[in-house]
Amino acid sequence: MKGVVIRLGDDVDTDQIIAGRYLRTKDRTVWAEHAFEDLDPSLSSRLRGGVIVAGKNMGCGSSREQAAIALREAGVVAVVAESFARIFFRNAINRGIPLFEVLGGITCDEGDEINVSLERSCVEVDGHTYQALRLSDRMKEIIDAGGLIELRRRGV
Amino acid sequence: MRTLSETILKGDAGSFVDVTVDRALSHDGTGIQALTALKEMGMDRVLRPDRTSIVYDHIVPANNSVTADLQAELRRFAIDNGIDFHDIGEGICHQVMSEGIVTPGEIVVGADSHTCTMGAFGAFATGVGASDMASIWATGETWLKVPETINIRLEGKLPRYVEAKDVALRYVGLLGAGGANYKTIEFTGDNDLGMDDRLTISNMSVESGAKAGLFYADGVTCRYLRSYGKEVAPQKREDCSYMREESIRLDDMEPLLAVPHRVDDVRPVSDFEGVQLDQVFVGTCTNGRYGDLKRFADIVRGRKVKVRTIVVPASRTVLLKAMSTGIIRDIIESGAVLCNPGCGPCLGAHQGVLADGETGLSTANRNFKNRMGVGAKYYLSSPTTAAFSALRGEITSPGDMS
Repeated sequence: MKGVVIRLGDDVDTDQIIAGRYLRTKDRTVWAEHAFEDLDPSLSSRLRGGVIVAGKNMGCGSSREQAAIALREAGVVAVVAESFARIFFRNAINRGIPLFEVLGGITCDEGDEINVSLERSCVEVDGHTYQALRLSDRMKEIIDAGGLIELRRRGV
Repeated sequence: MRTLSETILKGDAGSFVDVTVDRALSHDGTGIQALTALKEMGMDRVLRPDRTSIVYDHIVPANNSVTADLQAELRRFAIDNGIDFHDIGEGICHQVMSEGIVTPGEIVVGADSHTCTMGAFGAFATGVGASDMASIWATGETWLKVPETINIRLEGKLPRYVEAKDVALRYVGLLGAGGANYKTIEFTGDNDLGMDDRLTISNMSVESGAKAGLFYADGVTCRYLRSYGKEVAPQKREDCSYMREESIRLDDMEPLLAVPHRVDDVRPVSDFEGVQLDQVFVGTCTNGRYGDLKRFADIVRGRKVKVRTIVVPASRTVLLKAMSTGIIRDIIESGAVLCNPGCGPCLGAHQGVLADGETGLSTANRNFKNRMGVGAKYYLSSPTTAAFSALRGEITSPGDMS
């Protein structure tokens, strides 16, 4: 899968991904529209086709799954980070978003073209290949199905 | 030779286990998302309603018609399914669970990050999102990776005006906001921390990224649960190996703050003396218990707060006790505003959101930028520091007010 790098820093919490004031709705487009609003109001318009490259502890804080849904709805291709907060990690997988945890992080700039491969657990950017931690077969099965809901709907 | 996590989850650190969930917890916020996911999965029933709890705490009473409609839908579902349902006013889900529902050794999975609070009982308690919760409702099970464990020994006795919240801030500062990611923290050591203290300390383990924050059930745990009619046995600690070991001398501690906007940016209160405040908030699943309100009331009794002050009891049980002992009167006479049991302004949705440019002091567990008000700053402290600061209208070290 290919995308355009969107760079974020360390400790991006789920309140920053989608603020508490937007949570009470079933309309997912609201979450996509207001994603990262308090961090950078222009960011949500750049998410489609993007690969988020974050630092340490990506998605810390609240368990709100709307954070993962917002990214999926907004068309984020994958999320790469030096480390993930564990609830966001599960939520993103459950929403079918490929995740790549690369120890030590990766070197790239906003707007770079980036390739990610779940099958090979690797990230390629600017001529470098970075090995990501291998996801378990169960996690891959969930992502391949497009999320936990799809998997359960098929009776798995 | 196993850690408490390995014992409860019946697996070695690093392995994946399928577990039966003893208590599945959600609230008005995440519950409706879980219900939506459940329906999208093509299901509409909960397998173990007696083991499933839904507590209305996040935006209670409902603040507008959209919230009211969502709450009405989930309420109908909970009642139709015979779920252990706690409607508005019963309190914060973690506090309600701590009042005689969760017991040692259980596996508690909650659609709320602060589900780790129940680790105070020696239950393996961890947070998940709405899809996982829907799946647990449908099957009664989930998968977990057995975490490695960090041991933090809490040794000695806290000095006057230093309390469990300061201990929580101290270890979160020590480990850092992601320092315990994917790990369990086991709190041990020779100390006199009570059940409420342990709940405060376990509550903040997720702020260091931890999957769970556990105390071994002991005589303190057993006596506490007996007061709620539950007879439980203490847990035996095995000689096990930890991936990291730390020790905190409680006797050497001083009152602390987490300063804006990082929960792990922890400094002495004395370094911030005199910072002007626009609001003080006492409550939440970290510090809304009876003891917290009591310490606040003992300091403000007979005096007036100099800043907007909001007090939110963590549960109806807490509020009733505070009424019967008279401390609610002390709190209200001091000029503070009392709100109904629940999460209050913690998540930035109602009951005291700060204005742009304002500064607040809160006994909550998170000071993320913009969370409790866009453009606002929040310091985190103990209820005691909050009380002294409310009386001066500025950040104040606990001590002599005369």
